[in-house]
Amino acid sequence: MTRINVRVDGASYQDDVEPRTLLVHYLREQLGKVGTVVGCDTSNCGACTVHLDGEAVKSCTVLAVQADGAEVTTIEGVSRGGELHPVQKAFHEMHGLQCGFCTPGMIMASIDLLADNPDPSDDEVREGIEGNLCRCTGYQNIVRAVQHAAGEMRGAPAGDGHVAPAAVDTAAAPHVVGQA
Amino acid sequence: MTAVEDRTEAPAAEIGKARRRKEDARLITGRTTWTDNMVLPGMLHLAVVRSPVAHAKISSVDVSAAADAPGVVAVFTGADLAEEQGSLPCAWPVTPDMVNPGHPSIAVTEVNHVGEAVAVIVARSKAAAQDAVELVDVDYEPLPVVLDMEEAVKDGADLVHDHLESNTSYHFVFDAGEAGTGADTEQAFADADVVVSRRFVQQRLIPAFMEPRSVVVQPQGDNYTMWSATQVPHILRVMAAMVTGIPEHKLRVVAPDVGGGFGGKLQVNPEEILCLLIARRLGKPVKWTETRSESLMTAHHGRDQIQFVDVAADREGNVKGLRVRLLADMGAYLRLITPGIPALGAFMFPGIYKFPAYRFECDGVFTNKVPTDAYRGAGRPEATFAIERIMDELAVELGMDPLELRRKNWIRAEEFPFTTVAGLAYDSGDYDAATQQALQLLGYDELRAEQQRRRESGDPVQLGIGVSTFTEMCGLAPSRVLGSLSFGAGGWEHAAIRMLPTGKVEVVTGSTPHGQGHETAWSQLVADALGVPFEDVEVLHGDTAIASRGLDTYGSRSLVVGGSAVVKAADKVIAKARKVAAHLLEASEDDLEFSGGRFSVRGTPGAGLGIQEIALAIFAAHDYPEGIEPSIDAEATFDPENFSFPHGTHLCAMEVDTETGFVKIRKYACVDDVGTIVNPLIVEGQVHGGLAQGIAQALYEEAIYDADGNLTTGTFVDYLVPSAADLPHFDTGNTVHTAPGNPIGAKGVGEAGCIASTPAVVNAALDAVRHLGVTDIRMPLTPERVWRAIHAGGDGGDRATAGSNAYGGAQTETTAGVSTEASSLGGDR
Repeated sequence: MTRINVRVDGASYQDDVEPRTLLVHYLREQLGKVGTVVGCDTSNCGACTVHLDGEAVKSCTVLAVQADGAEVTTIEGVSRGGELHPVQKAFHEMHGLQCGFCTPGMIMASIDLLADNPDPSDDEVREGIEGNLCRCTGYQNIVRAVQHAAGEMRGAPAGDGHVAPAAVDTAAAPHVVGQA
Repeated sequence: MTAVEDRTEAPAAEIGKARRRKEDARLITGRTTWTDNMVLPGMLHLAVVRSPVAHAKISSVDVSAAADAPGVVAVFTGADLAEEQGSLPCAWPVTPDMVNPGHPSIAVTEVNHVGEAVAVIVARSKAAAQDAVELVDVDYEPLPVVLDMEEAVKDGADLVHDHLESNTSYHFVFDAGEAGTGADTEQAFADADVVVSRRFVQQRLIPAFMEPRSVVVQPQGDNYTMWSATQVPHILRVMAAMVTGIPEHKLRVVAPDVGGGFGGKLQVNPEEILCLLIARRLGKPVKWTETRSESLMTAHHGRDQIQFVDVAADREGNVKGLRVRLLADMGAYLRLITPGIPALGAFMFPGIYKFPAYRFECDGVFTNKVPTDAYRGAGRPEATFAIERIMDELAVELGMDPLELRRKNWIRAEEFPFTTVAGLAYDSGDYDAATQQALQLLGYDELRAEQQRRRESGDPVQLGIGVSTFTEMCGLAPSRVLGSLSFGAGGWEHAAIRMLPTGKVEVVTGSTPHGQGHETAWSQLVADALGVPFEDVEVLHGDTAIASRGLDTYGSRSLVVGGSAVVKAADKVIAKARKVAAHLLEASEDDLEFSGGRFSVRGTPGAGLGIQEIALAIFAAHDYPEGIEPSIDAEATFDPENFSFPHGTHLCAMEVDTETGFVKIRKYACVDDVGTIVNPLIVEGQVHGGLAQGIAQALYEEAIYDADGNLTTGTFVDYLVPSAADLPHFDTGNTVHTAPGNPIGAKGVGEAGCIASTPAVVNAALDAVRHLGVTDIRMPLTPERVWRAIHAGGDGGDRATAGSNAYGGAQTETTAGVSTEASSLGGDR
């Protein structure tokens, strides 16, 4: 067992862990941070993405001992003062999730992407989140959500490329013709 | 849009609105209840020891080292559980003489696919259980491995199950001539000017839901609660009771938040049964959560058919007959609806076209692979692929434009309802309107002009446009029809509405969501029906103790069947409330109008009572009419009389680099008619997700086995679930022709994108390179296959690095001395 000191979502923890323990297992099993989930065992899906000292990492690829002395932020710690993070809000607003299993990792990866690139193009978002797999959405509304959040975070109204999904509060989706 | 034909009251305020989802709050904050999140006092963890060989006799299992390992509480082998494990159920015997070898949850004497359970470790922690897996020593006597269906059905072929006579489970036939729904097929072909025949391969796919399967079982005396990442808690409960002998009323099944299913969690899994058996043995709560590798290797797969398709036509392009012969890979066992998947597809091969004659035959074939079963579309994508591909081939043969050929043969708008040669009564639609709109969305004319320019200039990057005009049978299903198809259950759905004293509303649905947004859409339905605020509705589901009756979620059925049950229950609430309102308002029931959640008295302005006020009044029950119970709660069961038939036109523009074989979707446009749209946001999301999976079949995904029957695509490194960077932007639209068969008018949307897109993509790639002599490319369209098809002929699939040990294609070297013979049937024919 190895002793680690780690801050997670603003609280300090001191724990003994097996050297082989992955950060994601430490978060889930020892701290009960089950908002972060495991989707694969090859670091392909990104469902377990958290921030380690401000950088997005796949927590299945990091040993808990490597987080010793570090600051970890999970999906459970990104809202502040009861206020959702703009990326969380945008995923809701743009319907960027269905089953929601990939969503914590997707949101954490997106926050990191926007820190590096506050105004990404469609292609830049797609490349920026290609380490995170989603099986439900086909990604289009995730791209919209990230760009919508980018607009919010820049304090600007969404411009070109920030297209609202479907019709907002209208009777039906766009391009509807015919009515039996 | 009018929600319900016979409702004339308040205009629908919620239906049609792009409501943001109620479900999201817990999902975007990580406050979820995935099964694997559950921790119970004293809970033990299971890890499964799995067979590393595809076919062998088990000669011995030594668990002594594992049993002695630290933290290990117990180890169970197949022999330990043989007497009580029964057989996993198959609910769809498609023919009376179908051969079902039985399906043990844990192998006892023989393993029949890689990954089959041979022992289970029970330990204090998941890590301890997994560590001990390595310590179990199993001796296997290898048997011949059967992987290629065309080899498996030959006389003298090696057998998957020694005790069976052959590898054929069943031979299913639908002949329109014999059924009285069409003309004689052989005669139609004999009389035809043109016959085009093709062999298509529907490669094996893996549903690959993002949340790995997970099961928790808590025994309490002789009662058991099972939490499972399942699509089908109700079906699971009755089946698990029948398999284990635990009385149904002693077993509660809960599906908490479930992270996707796509048919992959429409199953009674071996591990669910093992958890129950072991929890019963030990009297302790147990949990099993699979790794991704376990999931890809042992959760059921989908598709996997070899299709022989013949189409007959006259020279003018009028179709005269369709003949389909399938080999459908069952895998090693029959799971819940394994044999029924191709049989469900049988009725969709004629697509939207007016074939006068049709014959379908299918052999269900055993191989030493994990069983196949439902995957998004379940039989209908396979059928749609075959018909939409062969229509393009026929167009080429006739020298016709593929759209013109389709238009000439499809059912016209004024011909609905239309009974097809397969005997289905298509309900409503307008294929031409959807097509016209899709052509505009794509920018068809400009892209055709660009295609011409690239052809003429000999551009190394060629452009093609692919068409798929499809329909599907959804809203599964009319119970009597399921009975006529020998399915083991009905297709109804149940709902209950509980009016709480404060006026809030609980809606209980038997349809169990796993990403579809039932909580939001059902709230919209009830808000309109009862005239209560959207926010005042709570939707309860996924727990057999709460939603007592239900048949769960699959087959694009939830809104069509489950939503209709909700609407019917609301009607009953209103009818009950009307009696109370009449009593309290001292008016005749006939004089009451119900609108916007309020009963008013005709001709008496100001006199009225809200339904939420009535809920409180009837809770107090101080003053209510004689002869009724003091409750306005109601429940309803809706059993549809017909399927619903969404349709649409999908168009794909594809760039093909003829020098590298790389394909890139330039533009994708589709117009779907799914009937009434309750929530356009959810509908669009379902279409997007379906497109991603259908495109992935065309371009990326295949479950590949090596010559020894090992799954070589057993991780997400090798099984290519597409990322955001692999997929294009989708331009989507809708036409709306309401379904006459249900009170909402909805047709179902969950599978549309997945069913329609695959042939559109492949047709597009072929359209780009057909002038180079390419007539088929085997899915998935990897650069290597595309390059080989262009430069070496055939369909590009006939090579080791590009294919599997199936479909007569690539035959890799065996590494265990157990080999399958090479097939001579590879390539395009």
